[in-house]
Amino acid sequence: MTGQAKLRSSSDRGTQRAPSSGTVLILGATSQIARAIALSFANAGYDLVLAGRTPDELERVAADIRIRRAADVRTETFDASDTESHQEFVARVLADCGHALAGVIVVFGLLGDSERARSDFSHAEEIIRINYVGASSVLTHLASHFEQAGHGFIVGVSSVAGDRGRASNYIYGSAKGGLSLFLQGLRNRLHSRGVQVLTVKPGFIDTRMTFGEVPTRLAADPEVVGKAIVKAVKKRKDVIYVPWFWRYIMWVIRLLPEFVFKRTNL
Amino acid sequence: MRTPLSGWGRYPVGISEVHRPERLGELKVPLQSSGSAIARGLGRSYGDASFNSSGCTVLTERLNRFLDFDPSTGALECEAGVTIGEILEYFIPRGFVPPVIPGTKFVTLGGALACDIHGKNHHKDGSFGRHVIDFSLLTADGELVHCSRDENVELFRATVGGMGLTGIITQLRLRLIPIEDPRVVVDYDRAKDLDRALELFHESDERYKYSVAWIDCVGGGRRGLGRSVLMRGNPATGSEAAVLRPEKRRGISVPSTAPSFLLNRGSIRAFNGLYYRKHPRQARGVLSGYESFFFPLDGIRNWNRLYGRSGFFQYQAVLPYDDGRDGLVKMLELLRKSGPGAFLAVLKRFGSGNPEAPLSFPMPGYTLAADVPRRGSAVLDLLSRLDEIVIDLGGRVYLAKDARTSPGAVRAMYPHLESWLEIKSRFDPANRLGSDLARRLELLP
Repeated sequence: MTGQAKLRSSSDRGTQRAPSSGTVLILGATSQIARAIALSFANAGYDLVLAGRTPDELERVAADIRIRRAADVRTETFDASDTESHQEFVARVLADCGHALAGVIVVFGLLGDSERARSDFSHAEEIIRINYVGASSVLTHLASHFEQAGHGFIVGVSSVAGDRGRASNYIYGSAKGGLSLFLQGLRNRLHSRGVQVLTVKPGFIDTRMTFGEVPTRLAADPEVVGKAIVKAVKKRKDVIYVPWFWRYIMWVIRLLPEFVFKRTNL
Repeated sequence: MRTPLSGWGRYPVGISEVHRPERLGELKVPLQSSGSAIARGLGRSYGDASFNSSGCTVLTERLNRFLDFDPSTGALECEAGVTIGEILEYFIPRGFVPPVIPGTKFVTLGGALACDIHGKNHHKDGSFGRHVIDFSLLTADGELVHCSRDENVELFRATVGGMGLTGIITQLRLRLIPIEDPRVVVDYDRAKDLDRALELFHESDERYKYSVAWIDCVGGGRRGLGRSVLMRGNPATGSEAAVLRPEKRRGISVPSTAPSFLLNRGSIRAFNGLYYRKHPRQARGVLSGYESFFFPLDGIRNWNRLYGRSGFFQYQAVLPYDDGRDGLVKMLELLRKSGPGAFLAVLKRFGSGNPEAPLSFPMPGYTLAADVPRRGSAVLDLLSRLDEIVIDLGGRVYLAKDARTSPGAVRAMYPHLESWLEIKSRFDPANRLGSDLARRLELLP
């Protein structure tokens, strides 16, 4: 065996990868969670279109995935709050990859400053606009494509905050809760067309959203989210919590009667 | 977020405001706030170089994107948070390794450049900075400056080995080295004392790309002062890989929760004796993976906790070849006589220094690195006496390992410090970049 051949067989990372299973569009691709999702999908053999607001950041994430996974990665500028542009954006992406579009993952979101959002409605509106209006707008345009195609998957990254309104972040929570309901309805509509709609509800993930707010050891690595979504798409799941135990935490929180819950400080 | 931080030696500890940018644009924020800032990679420097208790510490670990790779030249461009371990993971399969590989893979490239780190190939290939083509630096005034040997030369020189005090390194380009096989062919030689070790170094070091010796600083008796095991190797070629035998898994594993009383004079002596004897007098052509040859301690994740809450010092100094042998004997005798003794120690020959970088540590000579548990005030006296020997012979200590030397000693050790300070004060007059190390050693003019 030659040295070169040995090198190739010594590891499958970086140089070898399954044949392409189609293209996945990731919306809001510059966050750490999106980066982890993108790396996981590239690992599973998908090509990627990364969409987001800052072209330089997108290009950095894309270059990194090309080198780490030898995947085909393209970038597109996309602004979640500019809903007027969404139709044209979707048309452009579809023109580029058409029926090779295997799925879409909505990752963008804005936690905002919950303290400020309580009294400053323009900030509250911004939070609702990104998390709910922006997501439902772009998904509306994409849903009809998938409905016609008759296959594919739509993934929305919502939040455990959307499972019950709490004093500490109910603006964000209500927008994410709205997104969860939107995805639920979409799932009901597209199921018969063979299209999977997956709702992802992350708990504490170690990103800038939780950094300094939650002790780092209580927050899961973003990689966990990427791996969980790839697995859930493969198994055609409807709703997942990441890490998994959040399903049970939120189950308990949802079960608390309102007359008890309103007195708590969660 | 305010949080206690320390280096790998777990001493000293400082409380610092901490930022962890996830996008390049967020890097400017800490520099705009009041107070000073310092970048921190994975915190593998031993003392107080990687945090700033009178301002903020910027964690660069999330800015770790690979940006570009040219297989025809080996030039790799990436962000400063990329680690040596990540390069090995992704580039050994492509047939490349980093030009300099330190003793742990948990080192970011930003840290590697700021400390101008060295590896087992220093006698052949020099320090890290030599292999860096160019880099981008976020300076005190918030500008992103491109630095190379043709552009912003002074900033380039002051940043290589500059302990992060000229700005935050955002990305860099370095040249990787092509390899034929993902392993190293290693020869082991036991040396009964220091003189035999130095003799072996001088006889045959030039035949090896990688060379290092483990050295016993506690045992060996009167005649065996500085007994050593030399571990030297070359990258395997394709034809060697086909005929040589792979290494047997060797190694002593240490439980990471060990209480500090386990480390006492007796156990340190026993460990070192065992280590010496478990190596054959001589072994030739042992095929070893890069990770097991270069990072024997990485297998034990938090081995630094072995020293308990009080932490430890790693003392690393270089002594010029003239009188270097006598200096080593004096240092080894002092270490052997003192308190609990040095648990792990390493000896290596350096090649020529980095003339481009005024604060770079390596210079031609012998470098000795020894872990010394931080127990009692006698330890500080011991290390000051080691400093005196080092200064006397024209050597220096490694700032990336240092937690306790004095401003005066550093000035005696680094003859080009004044020219570095001049560049620092010109590009950062308000000292917006600062660390606990910089304040302790008065590197903020």
